[in-house]
Amino acid sequence: MTLLIGSLTIGLILSLLALGVFISFRIFNFPDITADGSITLGAAVAASMIVAGFGPLLATVCSFIAGFIAGAVTGILHTKFKINSLLSGILVMTALYSVNLRVMGKSNIPLLSQKTVITSFESFSQYIFSSTDIINIAGWSVPAKDLSVLILTAIIIIIFAIILYLFLKTNLGTAMRATGNNAQMIRALGVNTQTMIILGLALSNGLIGLSGALFAQYQGFADVQMGIGMIVLGLASVIIGEALINEKTLGLLITGAIMGAVLFRLLVAIALRWGMNPNDLKLITAGFVFIALMLPMALKRFKRN
Amino acid sequence: MLKIDNIYKTFNRETVNEVKALQGVSLHIAKGSFTVVVGTNGSGKSTLLNAIAGSFYIDSGKIFHNGKNITKLPEHKRAKQIGMVFQNPFTGTAPDMSIAENISLASKRGKHRGFGWALKQKNLDEFKNKLKSLNMGLEERLNNPIGKLSGGQRQALTLLMSTWVKPQLLLLDEHTAALDPKTAIKIIKLTEEIIRKDKLTTLMVTHSMQQAVNMGNRIIMMHNGKIVFDFDENEKKHLKVSDLLSLFDEIRRKEQIDKSVAEMLERNYV
Ligand SMILES: Nc1ncnc2c1ncn2[C@@H]1O[C@H](COP(=O)(O)OP(=O)(O)OP(=O)(O)O)[C@@H](O)[C@H]1O
Ligand SMILES: [Mg+2]
Repeated sequence: MTLLIGSLTIGLILSLLALGVFISFRIFNFPDITADGSITLGAAVAASMIVAGFGPLLATVCSFIAGFIAGAVTGILHTKFKINSLLSGILVMTALYSVNLRVMGKSNIPLLSQKTVITSFESFSQYIFSSTDIINIAGWSVPAKDLSVLILTAIIIIIFAIILYLFLKTNLGTAMRATGNNAQMIRALGVNTQTMIILGLALSNGLIGLSGALFAQYQGFADVQMGIGMIVLGLASVIIGEALINEKTLGLLITGAIMGAVLFRLLVAIALRWGMNPNDLKLITAGFVFIALMLPMALKRFKRN
Repeated sequence: MLKIDNIYKTFNRETVNEVKALQGVSLHIAKGSFTVVVGTNGSGKSTLLNAIAGSFYIDSGKIFHNGKNITKLPEHKRAKQIGMVFQNPFTGTAPDMSIAENISLASKRGKHRGFGWALKQKNLDEFKNKLKSLNMGLEERLNNPIGKLSGGQRQALTLLMSTWVKPQLLLLDEHTAALDPKTAIKIIKLTEEIIRKDKLTTLMVTHSMQQAVNMGNRIIMMHNGKIVFDFDENEKKHLKVSDLLSLFDEIRRKEQIDKSVAEMLERNYV
């Protein structure tokens, strides 16, 4: 049960990553792999600031800003310097590896005895469950602290999802979606598509940075290697999310991305429980995304024959 | 109002695919005029319209709008004054977004886009009312994605969208070419109505000589990236479809003569 709650919480935290990937890959049609760098950047900024004595909330907000800037740089490389979209992401991701090491000063920062956003979520349990330490859910006993973290994380993710949804329904957000859907058309309607791409990638990587910050605080450390393969994980979540919904409306797509991230995390937890070697995780994730990308095409061919 | 001064555009310069699409076009468009552009396939009509709209920058020459040099002004900044309907029905709309969202995008052409809701009830009512004028039943399908509509329906919508905010200059690039004859007539009627009502300055490309003769108050004919004929209001009044067709024949004959002369010269001297 503790394992389940842990997986749900991590899944929710990583759903911010999924939302970021949803913005770049699906809304802007931009294969942005800055994510691997910006999720670590978020973790690095939050961890170093917390260790330096800044408030955890401020540190977390700054990790959003750091990711935002990283995404904007990718966008500028692509739009202003006409560098291919994949390459722009690769350049920034590579540069971020050094930046992250600079920010952290070493390759790993432990947060075990620090006050973090997650520890304040834990102490919030006294308001939700008064002073009970162990909660009984359907016969399972669960630490009240863990449950409190899960609930507050869920609330925060839902708030972010709603803000994102509402933003994409504004005039500015609609122009952003149109940029990904038909750039020629929206330029003829007076929108600077370059600005939209820069802003969109910034927003996407801001969310990813935030995801990294929360992830580091939850697992109790930031590590310079933690971002490797995260883009594929985000993509897997988005793909699962799209399979879960039956209509591709904006609200459902956002909900789907979150559900996809959580479901994916649960599947991983189960597979690990069954004895999968953790080292194989990335190989299996990549294989999964490959199959998910190939399946629609293979099905089409199958139907035609 | 619009002054085009000796503009040139070459695509894929210095490659085997080099195309000299515009070769020294000069044109003066008066305010309130309605100019019809005709010409053979590949003569540079779309390129001329795209150059005015700013889809790309021209190689040389200048474009002035209301006395202001807009040659280097990017497309999205020209959009405030220019409304355009593209030759391809798919170019003018965002397929995955709803009819209402597409219209709301157009209703903000050239204006600031901030954090206000794109779809307000007040606007939706206005959208519905204007859509009714198309008589296509689209007012009942505001939330359908535009990609589900037929080419004709999309083109009708694009026309409505491009004039939603009154443009100082309306560019129509064969906007009825992809439509069935009946729908085409409907769209042409609608076009004339909108242009008359809002007194729009218009540049319209067409392959229909009937449309060319019936509509507007000036005809220009393009060939090989140049304007080869220019008929003003008085001359146009006496112009018949057959006159235009014989002009096309004349161009073709000239071209053949040019070619055969070139061949003869080649045979004799190379
Ligand atoms: N983006 C482009 N890249 C390369 N070549 C182009 C491009 N746009 C137009 N051309 C070429 O420029 C020439 C003029 O094309 P344009 O589209 O202006 O012709 P048009 O008069 O509109 O013809 P049509 O009646 O067939 O629409 C053609 O040879 C075309 O192949
Ligand atoms: Mg054309």
